[in-house]
Amino acid sequence: MLDIEIDGKTLQVPEGSTVMDAAHQAGTYIPHFCYHKKLSIAANCRMCLVQVEKAPKPMPACATPVTNGMKVFTHSELAINAQKGVMEFLLINHPLDCPICDQGGECQLQDLSAGYGGGASRYQEEKRVVVNKNLGPLVSTDMTRCIHCTRCVRFTQEIAGLMELGQAYRGEHAEIMPFVEQTVASELSGNIIDLCPVGALTSKPFRFSARSWEMARRKSVSPHDGLGSNLIVQTKHDRVLRVLPLENEAVNECWLSDKDRFSYEALNSAERLTQPMLKQDGKWINASWQQALDYVAHAFKDIAKDHGAAALGALTAPQATLEELFLTQKLLRGLGSGNVDSRLRQSDFALDGKLGGAPWLGMKIAEINALDRALVVGSFLRKDQPLLAQRLRQAAKRGCQVSLIHSADDDTLVKIFAKSIVAPSQLPGLLAQVVKSAAEQKGATVDAELAKVSVTPEAQKIAASLVSGTNAAILLGNFAQQHAQAATLHALAQQLAKITGAKFGYLGEAANSVGAYVAKAVPQAGGLNAAQILASPLKGYLLLQAEPELDCANPQQTLAALQKAATVVVMSPFKLASTLEYADVLLPVAPFTETSGTFINTEGRVQSFNAVVKPLGDTRPGWKVLRVLGNLLGLPGFEQNSSEEVRAEALAGQPEFVADRLNNQANGVVLNLSLSAAGLERVSDVPIYFADALVRRAPSLQKSLDAKQPRARMNAATLAKLGVAAGKQVKVKQGSGVAQMTAELDAGLPDNCVRVAAGHVLTAGLGAMQGTLTVEPM
Amino acid sequence: MLSQETLKKIDREIAKYPADQKQSAVMAALALAQEEKGWLAQETIACVAEYLGMAPMAAYEVATFYNMYDLAPVGKYKLTVCTNLPCALSGGVHVADYLKQKLGVDFNETTADGMFTLKEGECLGVCGDAPVMLVNNRRLCSYMATEEIDKLLAELKS
Amino acid sequence: MSTQQILLAGLDPNTGDQTWHLADYVKRGGYAALKKILSENIPPENVINEVKKSALRGRGGAGFPAGLKWGFIPKAYQGPRYICCNTDEGEPGTFKDRDLMRFNPHQVIEGMIIAGYAVGSERGYNYIHGEVWSLYKRFEEALDEARAAGLLGQKILGSNFNFELFAHHGYGAYVCGEETGLLESIEGKKGQPRYKPPFPANYGLYGRPTVINNTETFAAVPWIIINGGEKYLELGKPNNGGTKLFSVSGHVVKPGVYEVPMGTPFPVLLEMCGGMRNGKLKAVIPGGSSAPVLPADIMMDCTLDYDSIAKAGSMLGSGAVIVMDESVCMVKALERLSYFYFEESCGQCTPCREGTGWLYRVVHRIEHGLGKPEDLDLLNSVTDNIMGRTICALGDAAALPVRSFTKHFKSEFEYHIENKKCLVPPEVQREGSRIYVTPNRVPSC
Ligand SMILES: Cc1cc2nc3c(=O)[nH]c(=O)nc-3n(C[C@H](O)[C@H](O)[C@H](O)COP(=O)(O)O)c2cc1C
Ligand code: SF4
Ligand code: FES
Repeated sequence: MLDIEIDGKTLQVPEGSTVMDAAHQAGTYIPHFCYHKKLSIAANCRMCLVQVEKAPKPMPACATPVTNGMKVFTHSELAINAQKGVMEFLLINHPLDCPICDQGGECQLQDLSAGYGGGASRYQEEKRVVVNKNLGPLVSTDMTRCIHCTRCVRFTQEIAGLMELGQAYRGEHAEIMPFVEQTVASELSGNIIDLCPVGALTSKPFRFSARSWEMARRKSVSPHDGLGSNLIVQTKHDRVLRVLPLENEAVNECWLSDKDRFSYEALNSAERLTQPMLKQDGKWINASWQQALDYVAHAFKDIAKDHGAAALGALTAPQATLEELFLTQKLLRGLGSGNVDSRLRQSDFALDGKLGGAPWLGMKIAEINALDRALVVGSFLRKDQPLLAQRLRQAAKRGCQVSLIHSADDDTLVKIFAKSIVAPSQLPGLLAQVVKSAAEQKGATVDAELAKVSVTPEAQKIAASLVSGTNAAILLGNFAQQHAQAATLHALAQQLAKITGAKFGYLGEAANSVGAYVAKAVPQAGGLNAAQILASPLKGYLLLQAEPELDCANPQQTLAALQKAATVVVMSPFKLASTLEYADVLLPVAPFTETSGTFINTEGRVQSFNAVVKPLGDTRPGWKVLRVLGNLLGLPGFEQNSSEEVRAEALAGQPEFVADRLNNQANGVVLNLSLSAAGLERVSDVPIYFADALVRRAPSLQKSLDAKQPRARMNAATLAKLGVAAGKQVKVKQGSGVAQMTAELDAGLPDNCVRVAAGHVLTAGLGAMQGTLTVEPM
Repeated sequence: MLSQETLKKIDREIAKYPADQKQSAVMAALALAQEEKGWLAQETIACVAEYLGMAPMAAYEVATFYNMYDLAPVGKYKLTVCTNLPCALSGGVHVADYLKQKLGVDFNETTADGMFTLKEGECLGVCGDAPVMLVNNRRLCSYMATEEIDKLLAELKS
Repeated sequence: MSTQQILLAGLDPNTGDQTWHLADYVKRGGYAALKKILSENIPPENVINEVKKSALRGRGGAGFPAGLKWGFIPKAYQGPRYICCNTDEGEPGTFKDRDLMRFNPHQVIEGMIIAGYAVGSERGYNYIHGEVWSLYKRFEEALDEARAAGLLGQKILGSNFNFELFAHHGYGAYVCGEETGLLESIEGKKGQPRYKPPFPANYGLYGRPTVINNTETFAAVPWIIINGGEKYLELGKPNNGGTKLFSVSGHVVKPGVYEVPMGTPFPVLLEMCGGMRNGKLKAVIPGGSSAPVLPADIMMDCTLDYDSIAKAGSMLGSGAVIVMDESVCMVKALERLSYFYFEESCGQCTPCREGTGWLYRVVHRIEHGLGKPEDLDLLNSVTDNIMGRTICALGDAAALPVRSFTKHFKSEFEYHIENKKCLVPPEVQREGSRIYVTPNRVPSC
């Protein structure tokens, strides 16, 4: 520890602290622009100059290491003069257009200049003008306002992992820009808006909609991936106008992914369902809640009476709230049906009944940063869990060896130590090799099944890396969880973790993937799972917050089942055109901003939130609708008066973490390694902006590169074998469905694989995400 | 995009640096690419960046930071005259004016026949030889009195 | 006072272009120092000590004692360390390293190898100013010669010492002469200087401990090893050891590079250059364009060493002596220099990025008859706000000329502001040494 005195206040700080760190600890504010605690030190703005005893010149607090006994003066004449001088320089070329600047009211330059700026400017020459840059649909630029703090540049380089922005030219001509008119494609790009201390980078979707002081700020939780980023939702007149990160070091740090930040646009979408509707004689009519719910209650009762309760089933999105999930399963089970599931994209359920608890990350999120070895199995890492990927990126920078086995070779922007890319059918075999090799290296024994496997050098390298670590983790990504042999992958990963002493976890797919298990919105003994619910068409379906034709593993089968059903009840904030064909009742339930609720993230953290705006039109919170429905059905246990009561019932208390419900250990899984696929294997990703009902409707996200129409992607050998040219239209056939799309070269794919994205209307006619298909030139 | 010959020269530069520091060769690689192509188009910069395994923006930063990279086409001969103070004291500006008049172009302009582009340079590091100029970044010409300039232009034109 | 030369000894500017090869250098006694060290197994600390004793001060501008700098390399450090040579010579008026590299490249190589030996480094880079391409080519040839002779590479001269040396060329950025800008540039980035601390001795090239010295500094080392540090110190003045190269430009009869012992009186140097070309001496910038200008009378009393020039209110810097006679309008001269610093600012730190443009524009305005009486105070205040507040010394380099020109030649500036024309009558300002900044090189002027 070092002693330091700041403005007469003495304190002790750890070795390696800077004066800025010390000031922070002392509660002293030192003005700054370029300094940011999560970014490297640039010391270029010079705003933080302070006086240090014995130093002849003012020193930048952000870059000056504390030495023992140092005395710092942040408000001495020397310091203030230096700070004022810098402020004058910053302002001479600044347009001072605060009245028309979106940053007005939340601008660090504006705030500080009030304290430091002189009166009239002594600079009488013409001011610099800088042309604006096109950074894509999310970030708007006003580059003349830029003060060259390079926070945005450092962010893309250090946090997002690819230097998409740079400072080109030099001196006064320096400009922050992307390379050529390339827009910024990072899934974390919105953070540069927060980082920009002035109004040079602002939110394009938000532009000019309100002043910061006119908006209310409310806390919430992101309803997308398993991370559960903490949000500040800003509203005005009961409309969500902007979403910002709520800092939580343990979860999202101070970042948000673009989907967390910009999906709010969907909340104001024209596709919002704002009133209950019923289909009568093939026509949709508006209904009152009373009418609609009576209808549902009758329909379900009739089905139960005529066909048995087992003819009813519920599919819930894993992004629904814990309260909604809990009441849905309670309702179904109250009626006598165990057919409820929220693992809509899963295709292998062999783990059911064998798993010790809810599959989860296997560690705290923050522990990712401290890993020294990691193996990621089957994951479109960056696009599936952008901020978990970011943590792995930081870990890799600190020396963590990150390895990857997968069926596609997208750039993770994480420094990868070793990787092996194989066809989906080969994935279990590949993981088995790693297990075997690790066992050999550790002198552990393996099953007979594994003894047969022959180990490739790459698998051996991965195993050696894991074996040599002291803090390793094996992480199953979305692709592994959705894999046709998911249980085998799970069992192998579990074994590998045991052999290597590694942690073993799931990269949680959705905001409430864990919550769904905790709420029991997954089948228990005797109930049907999501695939079975759709495979054996039931008579009545309850769909909660889900759009099954886009959210399920096999859209073809899903549509067929729903079309055959007698009654399909849709509880959703939106009305999707294709839903109108099979649904019988549409019930407008609140999206996350219009209801209170709870998400349990992938580390088991229970995060509850309140409504931030009033429900739109006749929309009602889902939990209330379910409660009333329970009453109408005459079921016991539907007396809750608040979502808190529902939560307390679901969680049996108010835990911060649901540690006792989490368990990745499975017993008695039969390995299935001999998987041979005849024909072309489909590799499906769920592109980040197709992944759920909200992102699909956020116009700005839909304009970004990640939302481009699905293509049929193949490597050069596969293209050649099929006689298909990249850029040409092809017919992709799977089961009874056909989709026409453009063929694209993707050199990172294994032979005989065709990558076709799921979650998009273009591919919603196709079959299972896991399976084979054919491709024909047009 | 770049010729085998240029790539070979770039490889030679890469070999000067530790194996994990290929980016160190970017200045030389851009210079070689410029030598081959005449100037640095954005595709050329991207190509160099890819070859060295660095972000294209990082290569672009380098290309825009250093004076001798040409980000737009220049004439067959780029003539850079130093007009900084030490040179000016010994006729640097005078020579620049002479060249302007002879070629009929101003600084940063190219003659109509595409032969010459005239550039103003900062200190070339040979002030003692003033007036000095540089041809195509590589050939340094000292003591450029007007007769010397006439000779040089004649030589380049032939 | 001695007249001994140690850097350009035995080299004739007329034939020097032919006698740079290894064989010639060896004939002049070259590589004897390296051989001595390796054959006698002189411990690295002793090499550093010898350099310390010599009081050899960095010849790149700052004058920091070289031996002291080498001693900062952490002894216990595991992993590579680097030697970097600064031949980026881009400061207006400086061209001494060019002659050294042209006529005597092997002496630079030998100095670098010895430095490598002294600090336990196995790899070095010489960063060569991009505009003098022939030097880069020649240095590469010299390196090939040295490699072929077993002077570079593995097990040098049969010893256990390994050292590799490479040339890296610049491509037109003055700021890369700043040592950390240079390191960034070798790393393949923009040459934006780093904030210090940490200094290169701890965090240098690729984040490793690095010695970085000027070309001339390295070139002095072999002589010091052979003749001893004390001998070197005796060549100059206390605390100002050895000889120094001076690049003389401007209104002298024979501009060029002159090697004289430190402490040589300025008039002696002027004499060596053949005296003034035409007019009377008006002013001298003694240490490269960033050093404060000194009026003739002050300069004529100076001796050429760090301490004397500092006492006179300027800096010996890189030893670039820019000589101006009475035909020069000091406002024009300052305008051109201010333009240079404005043009060469790397743009990363606020005071320099914004301040250099401001300074230039105000001087430009004064030169063009648009100055205001308060402008001189404004210039002073802006330089106050730049100096000592930037990441690297380019900020100071831009400010010092402004301060010194307006201080020593205040009347010329005042005359310009009042009368909207030069105090030096146009007919006196020679066409052959016209100074100006091309209009519209800066958009908003
Ligand atoms: C803007 C700027 C330009 C510089 N240019 C050079 C240069 O061209 N050559 C040089 O040797 N040192 C130059 N220096 C000084 C170097 O930063 C550094 O002090 C020097 O290379 C150290 O070597 P020395 O101790 O041997 O002088 C420059 C410094 C600054 C601030
Ligand atoms: S002082 Fe100028 S050149 Fe030096 S770092 Fe700052 S902006 Fe760059
Ligand atoms: S915050 Fe320290 S220099 Fe910018």
